[in-house]
Order: sequence, then structure tokens, then C-alpha cells
Amino acid sequence: MDKKDYLSLYQEMVVIRRIEERSAELYQRGKIGGFLHLYIGQEAVCAGIGSVRQAQDRIITAYRDHGWAISAGIDPKIVMAELLGKQDGCSRGKGGSMHMADVDLNFWGGHAIVGAHIPIAAGLALGDVYQKNDEAVTICMFGDGATNIGFFHEGLNLSKVWNLPVLWVCENNQYGMGTSVGRASAVSEIRQKAEGYGMRNERIEGMDVMNVRKDVSRVLDTIRKEGGPYLLEIMTYRYRGHSMGDPERYRAKEEVKKWEEEDPIGIFRRYLVAEKIATEAELDTQDDEAEKITEEAVQFAEASPNPGKDELFEHIYVEPTPIEYRGYKLEKESEEN
Amino acid sequence: MARMTMREAISRALWEEMERDESVFIMGEEVGVWGGTYAVTKGFYDHFGPDRVKDTPIAETAIVGGAIGAALTGLRPVAELMTINFAFVAMDHIVNEAAKLHYMFAGQFKLPLVIRATSGGGRQLGATHSQTPDAIFAHFPGLKVVSPGTPADAKGLLKSAIRSDDPVLFIENATLYQVKGEVPEDKDYLEPLGKSKVQREGDDVTIVAYSKMVQAALQAADMLAEDGIEAEVVDLRSLRPLDMDPVIASFKRTNRAVVAEEGWRSFGVGSEVSARIYELAFDYVDAPVKRVAQAEVPLPYNADLEQLALPQVEDIYLAAKEVVYG
Ligand SMILES: Cc1ncc(C[n+]2csc(CCOP(=O)(O)OP(=O)(O)O)c2C)c(N)n1
Ligand SMILES: [Mg+2]
Repeated sequence: MDKKDYLSLYQEMVVIRRIEERSAELYQRGKIGGFLHLYIGQEAVCAGIGSVRQAQDRIITAYRDHGWAISAGIDPKIVMAELLGKQDGCSRGKGGSMHMADVDLNFWGGHAIVGAHIPIAAGLALGDVYQKNDEAVTICMFGDGATNIGFFHEGLNLSKVWNLPVLWVCENNQYGMGTSVGRASAVSEIRQKAEGYGMRNERIEGMDVMNVRKDVSRVLDTIRKEGGPYLLEIMTYRYRGHSMGDPERYRAKEEVKKWEEEDPIGIFRRYLVAEKIATEAELDTQDDEAEKITEEAVQFAEASPNPGKDELFEHIYVEPTPIEYRGYKLEKESEEN
Repeated sequence: MARMTMREAISRALWEEMERDESVFIMGEEVGVWGGTYAVTKGFYDHFGPDRVKDTPIAETAIVGGAIGAALTGLRPVAELMTINFAFVAMDHIVNEAAKLHYMFAGQFKLPLVIRATSGGGRQLGATHSQTPDAIFAHFPGLKVVSPGTPADAKGLLKSAIRSDDPVLFIENATLYQVKGEVPEDKDYLEPLGKSKVQREGDDVTIVAYSKMVQAALQAADMLAEDGIEAEVVDLRSLRPLDMDPVIASFKRTNRAVVAEEGWRSFGVGSEVSARIYELAFDYVDAPVKRVAQAEVPLPYNADLEQLALPQVEDIYLAAKEVVYG
């Protein structure tokens, strides 16, 4: 990594943070609707993994996906446009916060049914093995809560019996909505669940992006060399509520405060200064730059048009297929024309 | 009578039944410490304690399967699925187990089970989280499917569902939780399962609806009244068993009907109801029955597109005028 890489990694983490903060504001102002799951606090995980994965590695995650979209390479403008439901969003405003994807960047989405994408990840890896894309690893993220659903167990088992190159990443932020790991999981360390499937596994710290990079690149090398799945439990924390409007009755303010002292952006910043990779002034410039990128993203998204009526009926099928019913009003209109 | 929201009415029904019968308990995601994601079980955990208000892991199969097992031992679980979209995860247990055990073992198994779930779109939650798949569940004999359109019915029907010895899927519409109405306070106030109800009387056109579309139909009826058309609104309340008597009685007077549902039209509630109207009252038909339903697309996130796809009050109003004036 040269200095430029360090600075851009730092900047990316700040951009992800700012985009989330602006999203929260835009949600309060009614510009973003539905659910909005913020990634604030977990940035070191996506930035770390995003910076060591190779272009052929597929990324797939759950609904807490804005950070993943940006670290996979989607322009923050496009992410913001999707959050606002606009035509220029990566899913043309039809997916929203929970359903971002860019297949050209090998980012296979944002999936909103807890755990449902886990067996799909096994299938992505199967596709690579079948087509002899030997260097490709599928990297699949999910929460601690998702490891209690059947999808997880079926997906892990399949990946092991078929020896599929999947890096399973549990982003353990210690709660599934308001339920702590201790109240929902039979084992306190999620990585132990991989033991039951005879799968290599490890628990690592996830607030320090350099640490995430180091461990993940080592594990990706192992998978590329030896094949087969590997589970990483990455310890992290979300600073905000599960989604917007979470009363947060399930955790103490002091607990959140304690974790805020471990802020991944602060840790990385201190590291860069201590290692004399960058000066405070240089990092301030990156902060300003991130601010600008975020502001431009918001402006771009606000200016982007709403998807037109026809977009409603696009992409139901690949093949030209009659639409069964357009709703009362549109049916009437087409009858009259 | 007391004026309260649909949320309060449902919450009251649960509370009263838990007070009345020790064997009633709640299990589901975030029902306890959080107080229910829609705040329906707020305060329950503190009052009834963790043994009767059980937070579960995110595991719909275990929620429904576990509730079935507990019901077989004589308990009366109220299993909550955060939304009906997650019922697909538990589909085998709902349709292959709950709906069949009593029959298959010739009456030996009894499942006094209620599964509560919110259904419906309109909140920009995207395609996987906005569905109204109610009709799918009504397809299965052995399961009762109930979905109230008013606070009073919500209370009376949920209490009946909890007291019923059959498995009941109780479907709530999240956008109705704030709707207010007069609700009887009697602790034994019950509304019968499998009985439709006339919510508004009128002689010119019959509007058949359930759940959220009852509210929409009542609004459409007010608009029609201004045009001099008196609509009768029949609320199905239960999709299975489906009670056609009030629908047919009304139709024999009005000779015209609109069926409104929030879900997709093909193979839906409107398909079933209109077919039965033709079967049971063919000689009384003055105009083809109109079905108002959701455009057949997975619902998009964008608010305008989503509303364009969802059936609106105005659609019901226009459809009713069409069947009246041809
Ligand atoms: C099958 C299913 N059940 C329930 C939900 C509702 N839900 C959405 S996120 C969530 C919590 C998930 O927690 P975790 O896996 O730890 O991920 P985190 O939100 O912490 O990132 C729940 C219960 C859902 N989307 N899908
Ligand atoms: Mg979590």
C-alpha cells in the first residue's frame, strides 16, 4: 500500500460515514422512506474487505448495505440516488436502501430477508467452480442474528460438502434488532457454529481496518490456495439504532459510548498519524473532500428524475411477457386508448 | 364502548386473553424487550414476564413449528411473525403441518394456535417486504384465515381466534394500526370467525372488501353518496372459511358488485368472490363484477410508483360507478 492508497481508504471510510449521516437527515425530512439501516460504526469491516478483495471476488450482503455498495465501487451519487428512489439509482429507484447492487462490480446485493442470501452465496461460488473461475472467492456477509435461521445452516453445510470457495463473514455487531447474541444464539461465539460443519473458522477484531485487511487477505489467500469455505466472525458494533425509529430499550447508553471510543475512523486516523503515513492536516483535507463528495452525491440525487410510470412494468421478466394487470386506473387508460 | 386505535384494540385483546387464560402466551421476534416492532405488545414483557412473552431468535421455522408443538400439548400460543413476508420461511409449518395435522390424524391432534402477521404495502419497504399474499394462505383447507378491517372487529376476532381450537392465521395491516373506532370493552366480546359483516348499508352497488380495503371502500362509498349512489360495503373479515351469505343477500338487491383487495388480482380474493357470485346469483347479475387489486408487479421502493401499483380509494369509486352506469 502506498500513501495514496492509505489516504483513499481513509477517505472512503469517512465518505461512508457522511453518507449515512446525511441519509439519516434526509429520512427525517421525508426524502428517504421505508427502512434505513445505517452502517455507522462498522465501516472498518466493509472498507477493509473491500480493499483486499480482488475484482473477480463476488460480494453479497444483507440489507445494511450502503457501506458495502460504496466499498464495492458504486459511486456515492448512485447510492444516494437509490436511497431517494430516483431514476439514476443503481436499482433505478425500485430497490431502495435495502436492495442495492451492481453486477458489473461483482456486487450481488443487498438482500432484505434475513439469511436468504446465504444459500445464494453458495450458489455463486458453485457457479465459479463449475465454470473454472479458479481465482474467484464469494464473500458473503450476514449479521449475528442471521446465524440462527435455517438458511445459514443449510448454506454452510452445502458449501462444505461441495467444497465451495466462500468466505463467510459474520459481522457480529452483537445485536439482531434488540436481541443480544446471548439471548438468541446457543453459542456465544458465532464462529463455533462453523465447527459443526467441520469448517475452518476464526473470530477477529473488526474496529481496526488494518487488522481486518491483514486477516481477511490471509484468509482469502488460504481459500484461493486450498479451496473450500472459511468462516470469519468479525467483532464490530453499530452506533445507531437497528433502523430509524428504534427506541433502543435493549442496550445501555454507556455501552454505546464505550464502543464509540473505539471508533474505526478514529483508530485508523491515529494509526496513520502515529506511523507517520499522513499528517493531521492531510487527513483534515480528506475529511473536507469526503464532505464535498457527500454533498455532491446529495445534490446529484435530488436533481435526478423520478422513475417514469413505465419503469413500474420493466424487468418483471427477461422475455417479453404480457402484463397480467396494471391496476384499475392504468387498465382503464389503456382500454380507452 | 371506548374509542381506540386498531393497535390498542389488538393489544387489548391479547392482554385480556392472557389475563383470562394462563395457557395463552406470546412468542416471536422482538415481542418482549422491544415491545413489538409495531408496539402491539408494549408493556407485556414487564407485566407477564419472559415466560409468557418470549423473544425468539430470528427463526420463523422454529417460531411456527415450535408454536405448533406447544399447541399440541394444550397451550394456546400466539406466534407473531413480524410480517407476513417472513411466513414464506415458515411455509411448510403453516400449510403442511398446521393446516393438516388435525385431519391427517383423524382428529387426534388439536392446534389451538394463532399466528399473527402484518400484511400489506404502501410503506416503501420494497418488493420483499410489501406483499399482500393473504389469498395464498386461504387456499389451504384446515387453516382459518382472518383479517379485520376495523378496530372493533380486530378485538373481537382476535379474542375468538385465541379461544378457537383450530389454527388461525390472523392478518393485520400495518397501515391500519392508527385507525380509530369504537370498541366494546366487555372482556367476553367476541366476533365469530368465518362470518362476513355489512359495514355500511346501501341499495345501489355492493362493494366487497376486507382489511385495509374496507376502510378504502367506506371512503369510496362516501364519495359515491355525493353522486347519489348508495353503496353497501360487505367486509369479509375471514377469507377462510369464506362467508358469502351477506354478499349474496346484498347482491340480490343491488345486482352489481365491486370486489376490492390489496393483493394481486390473478388467483386472488376477487377471483374467488366474483366466481361465487356468478355461481350463486347468476340470475341477478346486471353488470360484470369488477375487481380492483394491485398491479401485478413486485412492489417498487419509489413512493410514486408504489402508490401507482396499489389499489386506491378512487379506483374503487370509479369501478363502482362503472358497474352502476355501465
Ligand atoms: C426472515 C426474516 N425475519 C425477520 C426479519 C426482520 N429483521 C430484519 S433485520 C433483523 C435483525 C437481523 O440482525 P443481524 O442478522 O444481527 O443483522 P444486523 O441488523 O445486526 O446487521 C430482523 C429480525 C427479516 N428481514 N427477515
Ligand atoms: Mg447484528
